[in-house]
Amino acid sequence: MKASEIEVLGKKDTRSGFGEGLLEVGKQNSDVVALCADLTGSLKMNAFENEFPERFFQVGISEANMIGMAAGMTIGAKIPYTGTFANFSTARVYDQIRQSVAYSKKNVKICASHAGLTLGEDGATHQTLEDIGMMKMLPNMTVIVPADFNQTKQATIAIAELDGPVYLRFGRPSVPIFVKEDAKFEIGKADVIVEGTDVTIIACGHLVWKSIEAAQELEKQGISAEVINMHTIKPLDEKAILDSVAKTGCVVTAEEHMYNGGLGESVARVLAIHNPTPQEFVAVNDTFGESGTPDQLLEKYHIDTPDVIAAALKVMTRK
Amino acid sequence: METKELERIASQVRRDILRMVCECNSGHPGGSLGCADFLTTLYFDQMKNTPSPFDMNAKNEDVFYLSNGHISPVFYSVLARSGYFPVSELSTFRKLGTRLQGHPSTDKGLPGIRMASGSLGQGLSCAIGTAEIKKLTGDDSLVYTLHGDGELQEGQIWEAALYAAANNVDNLIATIDYNGRQIDGDLDDVISLGNLPQKWQAFGWEVLEMDGHNIDEIKATFAKAKELTGNGKPIMIIMKTEMGQGVDYMMGTHKWHGSTPNPEQLVDALGQLEETLGDY
Repeated sequence: MKASEIEVLGKKDTRSGFGEGLLEVGKQNSDVVALCADLTGSLKMNAFENEFPERFFQVGISEANMIGMAAGMTIGAKIPYTGTFANFSTARVYDQIRQSVAYSKKNVKICASHAGLTLGEDGATHQTLEDIGMMKMLPNMTVIVPADFNQTKQATIAIAELDGPVYLRFGRPSVPIFVKEDAKFEIGKADVIVEGTDVTIIACGHLVWKSIEAAQELEKQGISAEVINMHTIKPLDEKAILDSVAKTGCVVTAEEHMYNGGLGESVARVLAIHNPTPQEFVAVNDTFGESGTPDQLLEKYHIDTPDVIAAALKVMTRK
Repeated sequence: METKELERIASQVRRDILRMVCECNSGHPGGSLGCADFLTTLYFDQMKNTPSPFDMNAKNEDVFYLSNGHISPVFYSVLARSGYFPVSELSTFRKLGTRLQGHPSTDKGLPGIRMASGSLGQGLSCAIGTAEIKKLTGDDSLVYTLHGDGELQEGQIWEAALYAAANNVDNLIATIDYNGRQIDGDLDDVISLGNLPQKWQAFGWEVLEMDGHNIDEIKATFAKAKELTGNGKPIMIIMKTEMGQGVDYMMGTHKWHGSTPNPEQLVDALGQLEETLGDY
C-alpha cells in the first residue's frame, strides 16, 4: 500500500483500546484478573471492574505490592494484568518485576499507560522515556508498543495467549486509528504498512502515525518510503528489518523514547551484525521532558513528523 | 508428628546447613540455624502439602513463601528431607549448574520453590496475591510466609501489610524471624523496629508471639493461628529466635549471618548436633 492510500478510521486514545481489550479478554478467559494502583479511570479499567468485580483488585498507591501480588496470583494459574502509568509500572518497581516476575518467569501482564512525552502537562516526573530500555533488558520479558486504539485492543487480548511476562506500553492522547478493527495481532511479527523502495522507516507507538504522515509527504516529493510498525520490540522481527533494508539500503527509526535503550538501538544491533546500514534515529536525546501540550512537546523534543522527514532525507544521502 | 521426632529432624537439618555452607564456603548459616525448628515443624507437622509430584499451582494445598531468601540452606534441607527432591542434591548447593541457587529461584526448576527471593521485602505481596486467588477459587488451603526482622525495614512490607488488613486476607499466616540481628550488627543499632507487636496490631493484623526453638510452643501457636484464620484478619507470628541456634560459638552474635565455618569449626559444630537421619 502507498502512504497516500492509508485510511484514517477514527481517532481515539490507545489507553481506551487497552480498557476495551481488557474487558473483552476478561469475557473470553475467566482466568484473567486485573490489578490497579489507584488509576482505574486513567487506565480505562472501569468496564472490567464493573463487569468482574470479584476479579478486580484495587491495591491503592502501592505499585511494589501490586507487582508482587500479581506474581503471587499466577500460583493458581491466573493471568494477572496490572495497570498504572508507565513510569510507575517500570522504574518504580523494577526490582519487583526483575525478581518476582521476570526471573521467576511468571505470567504477569504489566500494562502501562501515559508513556512518553505525550502525557503532556504533568511534566517529566510522569513522562517516562526510559521504560522500553529497562524492560527489554530483562530476560524472559516480551515488550509490546502498539500503535493505535485498535492495535492496543488487539494486543491486550493477544497477550493472554502468551505464557510469560509481558510489558504492554500505551498512551494518553487521542491519535488517528489506521489499524483495521479485524486485523490479526501477531506478537513478534512486524506490520509493513506502507511499501517503499528508497528508505525504510521503522517506528513504534505514537510515532507510527507520524511516520505515515512523513511517508505521505515524502511520496509527494517523489520518494518511496517503506513504513514498518514494529509493535513488538522484543522479540524483534529481524527478518522484517533485513528484508526491508535489502530493498532500501537505509533506515530511520522513530519512537517516543530515549535514544538510549530504545527501538532504534535494537534495530541498529540487528543491522550491525547482519547488514551494516546507514541509520538515523528519531528519539529523545538524553534529556528529561517538561510540561506542555503533547503536540508542543513532540515538536520541541524533535520526535514529530518533520523530524522523521528530515531524518529520511538525511539518511538517503548516506547510502 | 511427635515433638521428639521433629527435634531429631531439626538436628539433621542443622547438620545439612553447616555442611552445605562449609563445602562451598559461602551462604548464610546464622539465620538458617535459627529457623530450623520453625521450618521443620511447618513442613513435617503443619502444612497440607504434596512434595511429589510438585504442583506449581498448589491447587488445594498450602503454600509457603520464604521471603528472606538468604536462609536458603534451611529451606533446601527441609524441602529435600520432606521429599521434594533427592537429599543427595544438597551437595550441589551454590555450585555451577545447581538447582540450589544461592538464593531460591524457579529458574532451574527445583521442586518446592514457587518464587525467587533474595532481594528483600517481596514475599508478603506474593503471598497475598496467592491468598487472594485461593479465596477467589474457593480453595480453603492456607498461605504461609517467613520474613527476616531486618527485612521489615523494606517499605514494600508495609504496603502489603496495609493491603492485607484492608482486604481481610485472613487465609494468610506470616511469621517474622525476630532474632534481633542483621548484617551490620544488632537490629536496634541499625534501624530499630520499635514496638513490633503493636505496629502489626495497629496495621490491623492478629499478632501472636512464640519461642522459635520450642517445638511444642510452635505447634500450639500454629494451632491458634489456624483457629484465627477466616475471621477477617491476616495473622502475624512474631517468632523469637537466636541466630546460630544449636552451635555454641555461632550464638549471641551477628557474625555468622553470612560467614561460614572452616573445616575445623565445622567438626566442632557437628559434634554438637546429632546425626539422626544420615548425612547426605
